[in-house]
Amino acid sequence: MTGQGIGQVLLYCVLLVALAYPLGLWMARVYSVPRLRLGRLENGFLRLVGGRREQTWKSYAKTVLIFSGVFFFVVYGFQRLQAHLFLNPDHLGAVPSHIALNTSASFLTNTNWQYYGGEYTMSYLTQMGALAVQQFVSAAVGMAVLAAVVRGLSRRSASELGNFWSDLYRSMFYILLPLTLILAVILVSQGVPQTFSGHATAKTLEGVAQTIARGPVALMVAIKQLGTNGGGFFNSNSAVPFENPNGLTNLLEMLSILLIPAAQVFMFGKMVLQRRHAWMVFTAMFAMFAIGLAIALPSEQHGSQVLRASGVNITQGHGQSGGNMADKEVRFGIANTAVWATATTDASNGSVNGGHDALTASGGAVPLVNIFVGEVIFGGVGSGLYGMFFYILIAVFVAGLMVGRTPEYLGKKIEAREMKFAAVGALFVPTMALALTAISIVTHSGLASVYNGGAHGFTEALYAYTSQSNNNGSAFAGYGATSFSAYFGSIAMLFGRFVPLLAALAIGGSLAAKKTSPVSAGTFRTDGPTFVVLLVGVVLLTAGLMVFPALTLGPIVEGLTH
Amino acid sequence: MLRDLKGSIVAVVLLTAVLGLGLPALFTGFSQLAFSSQANGSLIKVNGKVVGSRLVAQSFAKPQYFHPRPSATAPPYNGGATTFANLGPTSPDLAKAVKDQAAEILELEAPYNPGLTIHQIPVDAVTTSGSGVDPDISPAYAQLQSKRIAAVRRLPLTTVQRLVHQNTDGRSLGFLGEPGVNVLELNLALDKETQK
Repeated sequence: MTGQGIGQVLLYCVLLVALAYPLGLWMARVYSVPRLRLGRLENGFLRLVGGRREQTWKSYAKTVLIFSGVFFFVVYGFQRLQAHLFLNPDHLGAVPSHIALNTSASFLTNTNWQYYGGEYTMSYLTQMGALAVQQFVSAAVGMAVLAAVVRGLSRRSASELGNFWSDLYRSMFYILLPLTLILAVILVSQGVPQTFSGHATAKTLEGVAQTIARGPVALMVAIKQLGTNGGGFFNSNSAVPFENPNGLTNLLEMLSILLIPAAQVFMFGKMVLQRRHAWMVFTAMFAMFAIGLAIALPSEQHGSQVLRASGVNITQGHGQSGGNMADKEVRFGIANTAVWATATTDASNGSVNGGHDALTASGGAVPLVNIFVGEVIFGGVGSGLYGMFFYILIAVFVAGLMVGRTPEYLGKKIEAREMKFAAVGALFVPTMALALTAISIVTHSGLASVYNGGAHGFTEALYAYTSQSNNNGSAFAGYGATSFSAYFGSIAMLFGRFVPLLAALAIGGSLAAKKTSPVSAGTFRTDGPTFVVLLVGVVLLTAGLMVFPALTLGPIVEGLTH
Repeated sequence: MLRDLKGSIVAVVLLTAVLGLGLPALFTGFSQLAFSSQANGSLIKVNGKVVGSRLVAQSFAKPQYFHPRPSATAPPYNGGATTFANLGPTSPDLAKAVKDQAAEILELEAPYNPGLTIHQIPVDAVTTSGSGVDPDISPAYAQLQSKRIAAVRRLPLTTVQRLVHQNTDGRSLGFLGEPGVNVLELNLALDKETQK
């Protein structure tokens, strides 16, 4: 690595903390104060949709499920009817039903898995009126649920966690929308299109006709990056110059991937008045991010077996970034693509600025493991931190067993009920991902999706179900769409979203009802480095051990192949 | 239950109208006014006709032009259907594609670069880009092609190198990303230079 590459990585890390901290404090305010600026608009919205009564966790969960259910049909409807609707200048036909179903589940659950190429499948109306709307809404739902769970941790002897509609509204209009607008303006200024005109046709210098797809891109790219969505306007996502034209946009889009999830850790610290604890959680997440990057970056710079054997020049320097440039873009090079691949799978973003299918064996194993541990290394907006609570409870529980005391977290006794929900929250999704992968590689209809041969083909399937189950959305993109893979993927995404979401709300409700007991000499401290080590250990041992056997069949075999 | 359903339907309609239609309409209007060229795809016109976009690679096969990186789209450099090649790190198909591409480059460039071997071909020249329409090549690959361009166009090598330098997009703000040479803009500059 050159100093220049390392400098870019360090700059990224510093900027991330510098921006996430103040944003976190702002978010804590957004979810805490009864009335914000422009509160009249919020009141109007709440009056229209059903008031601002505080809700129990069950009532909160019910509203989330019904609201999501209604939106599911709308997103599906847009795709099926787009040929008859407006803003379809390139006259695209209806999206096939199995793709439309998968895509509806995908955008509803903040996954943004894409079994289609955006620029030649979705009309402008579908992109902005259905998919981009979901990118706001699914992100705001995750953020709202986190706010509710955090309230559960901070309240004493309470039965209510807040009002869903108010949390949804505030997430959207006080956090997501302003950030999206700032990013979108910068993106347009740098060359990301924002137009309702259909594709352009050029006559090239050598006299050939060339189609140039464009559209209302900038706004969608901004929210897909900020809301840990990841679903791009174009098939090749942020590798396409029209989504990500230069080094500056690349830095801003990469920062946006982790910005809100990182800020939420600080928000949490402020809301429960445990800033030191929040810093420890942040440290644990950051440590896992750094470990992943420390593996992925050198692997990609080292290059793939094929490229090393080919004899071409893959040495960095003398006017090139060298390394594994397959499915990567010149303007990003190796360092920026490796950071992106790590960040986008730590957060459940799933956007890419280079092809993951072409990553080296260990360079591709990092994203896979990042996703498999449950999207808790910062993770999705909202879902990342509420997912991390499962692991925190397990860590506290383990510590409690070691010292022989009833475990406590933030002064609340952790008992059988909370541990059951935490176990479900932490283990359900990885179990489902492995089960679906297994089914997909022993059935003919499942195998039809695999593109590359051998161990790499297995990794494609494992990655597909891991990514969808954990609501990431990035792909080893050779893995193809069939009815089988589309339906199975829909199941993975829906259960992968709502099972942990309900478990988290249940824990929030359960803890809210408890009294807070004062810290005593026997309390396991969650604000020191011991806790960081324990938490990282629990994450890696729980999910890491589950994925290890599968890794040996995929990336590890591949890495040993010559 | 019914209350939630009613509220949800109202919310879905409102949010779709505000975030899905109103917001994009306003923002598109703003973008068209403030950044008209970028918002419409950074199209390049010559004599009033669109010849391409500075952000989308196009096919160049003739010897008097700089050639872009390989593309996995169908047909290659299809700005309407971007794609990765999706070939894994041990893929035999990748090995063959790299070998064929390297052989092609050697055949094309060797007459102008005596003693050229595969070890001097930069990796971006033989690998597909992520988008299939990567508008840039590495400065190293541009350097390799410069001698051919100078010979075929009967231009001094220094002139070609100057144009390469002028059409290299450095790192943003001097330190973000990697430098790349914009192939379409470079070829346009060459045509202009030759017409003089």
